[in-house]
Amino acid sequence: MLKFRLEERAKSPYWLIILSPFIAILVAIILAGMLIILAGANPFESYYQLIIGAFGSKNSFAETLARATPIILTGLAASIAFRAKFWNIGAEGQLYFGALATTFFGTGLVVLPSVLMIPFLFVIGALAGGLLLLPLVLLKLYYKVDEVVTTLLLNFVVVLLVSYLLEGPWKDPMSLGWPQGKSVIDEGVLPQVLSKTRLHLGFIISIGLAFSVWFILSKTVIGYRIKSVGLNASAASHAGIPIFKTVLIVAILSGGMAGMAGVTETAGLKGYLTLDLSPGFGYAGIAVAMLANLNPIGVIFSGVFLASIYVGADAMSRAMNVPTYLADVIVALTVLCILLSLVFVHYKILFFKAKKDD
Amino acid sequence: MIEFIEIIFTAGFWAATIRIACPLILATIGEVLCERAGVLNLGIEGIMSIGAMVGWMTVFLGADLYTGILAALIIGSIFGLLHAIFTVYLGASQHVTGIGITMLASSLGFFCFKLILPASTTPPKIKPFQPIDIPFLSELPFLGPAFFQHTPFTYLAILAVVFAFWLMNSTPLGLSIKMAGENPMALEAQGIDVFLVRTIAVVLGSALMAVGGAYLTLSAFDAFYFGMINGRGWIAIALVVFASWKPERALLGALLFAGLDAYQVRAQQLAGAVIPYQFFLMLPFLLSIVAMVIAAKRTRYPKALLIPFRRGERH
Repeated sequence: MLKFRLEERAKSPYWLIILSPFIAILVAIILAGMLIILAGANPFESYYQLIIGAFGSKNSFAETLARATPIILTGLAASIAFRAKFWNIGAEGQLYFGALATTFFGTGLVVLPSVLMIPFLFVIGALAGGLLLLPLVLLKLYYKVDEVVTTLLLNFVVVLLVSYLLEGPWKDPMSLGWPQGKSVIDEGVLPQVLSKTRLHLGFIISIGLAFSVWFILSKTVIGYRIKSVGLNASAASHAGIPIFKTVLIVAILSGGMAGMAGVTETAGLKGYLTLDLSPGFGYAGIAVAMLANLNPIGVIFSGVFLASIYVGADAMSRAMNVPTYLADVIVALTVLCILLSLVFVHYKILFFKAKKDD
Repeated sequence: MIEFIEIIFTAGFWAATIRIACPLILATIGEVLCERAGVLNLGIEGIMSIGAMVGWMTVFLGADLYTGILAALIIGSIFGLLHAIFTVYLGASQHVTGIGITMLASSLGFFCFKLILPASTTPPKIKPFQPIDIPFLSELPFLGPAFFQHTPFTYLAILAVVFAFWLMNSTPLGLSIKMAGENPMALEAQGIDVFLVRTIAVVLGSALMAVGGAYLTLSAFDAFYFGMINGRGWIAIALVVFASWKPERALLGALLFAGLDAYQVRAQQLAGAVIPYQFFLMLPFLLSIVAMVIAAKRTRYPKALLIPFRRGERH
């Protein structure tokens, strides 16, 4: 019988590290191509339609970048958290909490000139996202309650809260029966950055935030602490790194990023809160972060890539009659292929013959 | 006020408790199997979803109900095997693999559903399992309608749980599974393949999860809806923690939980006008978090949970 063993590489070759995400994407696309064949369509033509749908015109390109905005932010949320091995799977709930805060403060309660109103909304949204995560991180630190499950469960609670508010007290009386919140005041609306498209200032802000996160993670003491807590928490603790404080900061930063994704969607793309504000942007963020190997700058590119899959799949679905869920399948396959490629980057696989009595 | 107490003395409440508990029990026991072997399976939500879809679709396309259960069992095993290859053999992150499996299983299920039924706005229905009367017992007052007039799937689920208990507590494999989650080095020293034991546990556990999902479409309801699992998988994971990884306690926990859920549905009908329905729907999720906090202090999780086993390496 042939057995195998994984042996850790002393140093992973550079070309392998650079190339691995691209190979992972390629494998995911080939596997999903088989589903396209199953659907009775030509995979090459379908992928062509997908690319055209995502980048083919000024409008579709702008749409892709607009879609990338919240995904980059939730991707940053996952990158920060996963670096410290803090498994925040609650970006979806934090996004909606940020959107709730935007609606609460942004629809007339506070009126400031645009230059102050927009930053104000982002700060409020970030605080809301961080605040939602705070009780859960305290439960983890004080009682060792696993954050994976609590963050996942809280997503459902927040979505139900949004549903209650939009059907009840926060329902915009001007919207004809459709549950949606009141419109964000003009001073708070994120301006268009490309005329006649839906691309708004939020995209530029999300890129700025990606660079800020990169700076924090790689150039500051906090970033160094986050990294060492993730690599080996007990060693970090012995080395005098305050675990409690570091995890708390990670949670606030991570929840804050996801909360700001709620701001860009409410004040940027739609202008008001809806129940379908996020079709799973929180979960997409996990895929984006993994694809970027938790690198904040990489998140910009992987975010745009994932957004192009989602936007392009809509067009492809119309042209080729392949269900749009193909996009979600590609994203899921990408996550798994990335994991696989990470194994190959960090380990050598050694095969050996097992002994007879084995 | 008295109406709120009367609820628990109706046979309908107890019958509903069993109905709600069945998928949860199957999923929770499935997760216990995986985690006792040292593997966290966050694929649970997606595996339940694709189990529900495949079971339903098999019946919709003409097979009988039992073949539907078998189909769910097979698809669950396949995704369990995938999870095991990643987490057991390759030692990939159990968290991220699980999330990936959930994303893949649910999206693949939705994709195939849309492929076979492209233009269905109202979900088509099948004839699900019908309740059967257990001779004599079903005629008992109160106990009969509460416990002995369920569908065959319900009794099958109970059998599956009995089987899982027997496997865990009375077989060498069960002992190996528990050892794989506590001290895999010692298991390897006995000449037992840790990888294989963990894989068997994850495959069996995932099969149970998928069957739990199929219970929803083949017995509790008669159609497949997108998002019908609605967090049941995550609740099952919380219940595993609440049960301190003990199968008997997991069974009790799931029943208790289902009882509370059946109660809230009935209380909602009484108090519906006063309290918005969303708050009742939040209860299961909030209760799960509370259950985890309650359990946190006395929790003793499997020592090797989340730690990949590598041959020739010491931990």
